[in-house]
Amino acid sequence: MTDRPSWAPQGIDLTVPSVSRIYDYFLGGSHNFEVDREAARLVIRAMPGVTKISQANRAVMHRAVRFAMDRGIDQFLDIGSGIPTFGNVHEVVHRTNPGAHVVYVDNDPVAVAHSRAVLNEAGNTDKAAIAAADLRDPRTVLDNPEVKRLLDFDRPVALLLVAVLHLLSDADKPREVVAALRDVLAPGSVLVVTHATLQFGPTPSAQRGVQEVYQRTTTPLIMRTKEEVELFFDGFELVEPGVVPLPHWRPEVPLSDDDDPAVLHGLAGVGLKA
Amino acid sequence: MPRGRPGDKLRRFAAIWARAIYPLTATSMSRAEFEDYLLPLTRVLGDTLKARPFDPRPASEVGTALVAAHCTDPEALPSILGVIDAYLVLYCPPGPGLDNDECRVRCSRLQHAVAVGFSRALRERTLREQESIIRAALEAQNDAEGALAASEARFRAVFEGAAVGIGIADLDGQVLEVNEAMTRMFGSESLAMRRNVTEWVKSADTNCARGLNGELVRGERDRYDVERAYQRVDGSMLWANVRASLLRDAAGRPQYQLALIEDVTERRGLLRRLRHQATHDALTGLPNRALFFERLDAALADDTPTRRIGVCYLDLDGFKAVNDSLGHAVGDQLLVAVAERLQTCVTSPDQLVARIGGDEFVALHTDPKAPADVTALAERILDALSAPFPLVGRELTVHGSIGIVHGPVESRIAADVLRSADITMYRAKEQGGNRYEVADPVADARAITRHGLTNQLPSALEHDEFFIEYQPLVGLDDGTVHGAEALVRWCHPTHGILGPDQFIPLAESTGHIVGLGRWVLERAARQAYVWQTEHLGSGPPPRVNVNLSPIQLQHPELVHEVARVLEDTGLSPASLCLEVTESALIGADEDTLKPLRQIADLGVSIALDDFGTGYSNLSSLRWLPVSVLKLDRSFTHGMRGHAADPVDLKIVGGIVSLAHALGLTVTVEGVETRTQADHLRALGCDTGQGWYYARPGPPDRLHTLRLADAG
Repeated sequence: MTDRPSWAPQGIDLTVPSVSRIYDYFLGGSHNFEVDREAARLVIRAMPGVTKISQANRAVMHRAVRFAMDRGIDQFLDIGSGIPTFGNVHEVVHRTNPGAHVVYVDNDPVAVAHSRAVLNEAGNTDKAAIAAADLRDPRTVLDNPEVKRLLDFDRPVALLLVAVLHLLSDADKPREVVAALRDVLAPGSVLVVTHATLQFGPTPSAQRGVQEVYQRTTTPLIMRTKEEVELFFDGFELVEPGVVPLPHWRPEVPLSDDDDPAVLHGLAGVGLKA
Repeated sequence: MPRGRPGDKLRRFAAIWARAIYPLTATSMSRAEFEDYLLPLTRVLGDTLKARPFDPRPASEVGTALVAAHCTDPEALPSILGVIDAYLVLYCPPGPGLDNDECRVRCSRLQHAVAVGFSRALRERTLREQESIIRAALEAQNDAEGALAASEARFRAVFEGAAVGIGIADLDGQVLEVNEAMTRMFGSESLAMRRNVTEWVKSADTNCARGLNGELVRGERDRYDVERAYQRVDGSMLWANVRASLLRDAAGRPQYQLALIEDVTERRGLLRRLRHQATHDALTGLPNRALFFERLDAALADDTPTRRIGVCYLDLDGFKAVNDSLGHAVGDQLLVAVAERLQTCVTSPDQLVARIGGDEFVALHTDPKAPADVTALAERILDALSAPFPLVGRELTVHGSIGIVHGPVESRIAADVLRSADITMYRAKEQGGNRYEVADPVADARAITRHGLTNQLPSALEHDEFFIEYQPLVGLDDGTVHGAEALVRWCHPTHGILGPDQFIPLAESTGHIVGLGRWVLERAARQAYVWQTEHLGSGPPPRVNVNLSPIQLQHPELVHEVARVLEDTGLSPASLCLEVTESALIGADEDTLKPLRQIADLGVSIALDDFGTGYSNLSSLRWLPVSVLKLDRSFTHGMRGHAADPVDLKIVGGIVSLAHALGLTVTVEGVETRTQADHLRALGCDTGQGWYYARPGPPDRLHTLRLADAG
């Protein structure tokens, strides 16, 4: 097969399930097609409670965003933002600081088109924008005109890598990717990472079933341990309580037994750049 | 029944409700926020429950609001309704006047309304989200198609604007599309389209190209390159570099063939022109030395035992005279005319005529059947030159001398073959020219190539390989030695002693004569000074005669040189005589004679050498600055015997009396017998020179001769 030149466009294939539309389904959304739902149902069968992981992931992101805002950060770079359904970063941020800047990044053209529509409808494109770029090539992120337009890397930025690093295989060199982004961040910047794991949670053997589904998408799903996730914070100072299961990261209400233990399959951590 | 203010009761209900629903929602609200969200909804439920008249419809807003808060999980609905069913009447009592049954009925209808609102909102929301994702997908697709179209447009522009010809064909070779450059190259689109790819790639080595194309179409190779010629629509030839590549589909299966065609016609033409220029003589258009050697080398490289070669080395006789007398322009025209005639002598493709030097040509016959084929070629050449060349209104006659080498290829090398032919050509020239000679290994071994000698001249002078012999000039009346003529010899390290005939012409043609002549003059003058100092008797001391070449005569330093030599050696000018040939002075103007007059003014005598061999313009003797006439030996031939030729006697007698009348002395060369000497003495000649008196010899021989003579 021939390699296309970099300026030749990628086609759109709606017969292939999309990670972001599967995630939307987990969150109860209808921004998805049957091919996505079919894949999502298979994941649910392999790992019951996965929808709760998505919610817990969303919740911990909000807590981390508020943590960054408490530190005075007013710039947010959310890479792998997916389909914006509700409770997106800019909604959370603008509720408190209407002047803050948020840039979403995704490599799924449909997610990008949808994000653009949502942001245009909201009518605040001077505060929030979507950039089509691929995390696996950090230069495409940093050189994107929307990123350059809204973010000032001379000041602290909150970099959100929420539920996205587990879509990068080791061949994609995720640690180098994170390091490349880290290098442009000003001191005082915040890194938020959430990541799938089998180390905790009730279905430690779910790997194969989940993996098989994600093989059918354009991205794999790589489970990593707490120790492996900690390596992404090279050059950052991990804030308390470190890398922990999603509900354990600075909970706002006491943990209760009602919570689905499946949420322990997600890890969260926040680091500060010195 | 719970106690407390109505507001507290509502909040209690909201708390219970939130605890039941929250785990099933996908909301990003915290539980407390969610509880706050449910409070107004609880109030709506309470108000609706007790409203009079009862209207359950406002409760549908509650279902709508819950969907808006992302309570979209179908599992949530039973929890939503279950809490209303169990606790609403308890925490929001409708007040007096409504019995329990009525309350239960109202609560049930209220739940129905909530369910309606929930379902309607969920349906609306689902449809809206589906629509928005479809719209996003379409937009993304449009974007991608737009980008694809732009990309296609770029590729199309590259395709159309490319300087190389591009053609796409299916696997059967059917041409599907060609670009403009391709059309231009072939001169016609239909011609380019009509061709099958197999035809495109067909080359001289057809099988090879077909094999390559087969491999390409089968997917066994991804590309190959060939160079080949096509016929354009106007019949002219298009030379092209063709690169054929395979285009595969997404699954890697062969799909199309792509041909990139680069027009190299001009480049090839240029290369051929350059090659022609490098291998042909610019003046005559004949193959040049380089091409001749290339062919000769190739012929010699084929060492098939039976293989032979033939080479005819041609040098024009008398070309130099044409060049000197009529100018180079005429000389060039003559060479062109000669070349044209030589071309006609080539009768088969294995023959080649080349110009390898000024007036030197060579004909190569590769693999002649018999030696006679080569001599026939030489004869044709001589024959072609036999008719005069009508040029510049004259009939110019040039002949040629040809040296032939032929024989088996064996292990000869080209340079040896040519040298042998060169030497042989000289033999033909020595025989008088206008003839051919065939190389003879024995003769070759002895022969001296003028080429070699010419190259060795300068170093020979340095290495002192020249020496001088002196031939006495004897007074005819008393037999005394008046002096001697200095004759230069070359003691060649391999060829032995060479006479002036063998190298003076070479020295003249290369200009080395100036240095050699100066050396002879110095040596001879020094020798004469020795004679002068040893001279005891009365009368003038012996003088020395030194030959001056015409080239030396034109040398601007000549007068200065002569004066310097006299100065350096201390020789009396009267003891030096410079001999100049009659031919060198024919047609000489005053400018040419001026140095001779200046030399004569120094007191040096000038002898007119070889008198009688040329035009012998007697009237010129009046004004030439000469004091001695040297009669050519041809005059004395007829006087060797007693019965002398009376005509010769009369001629010589006439010349002598004329010379004496003009105050000139007369020396006769070639005196071989006493009879000759007697005749010449009787005719009044002054001096004789020849074997009768002495052969040329070393300088001390003159001394003994003189002593003997005196004795």
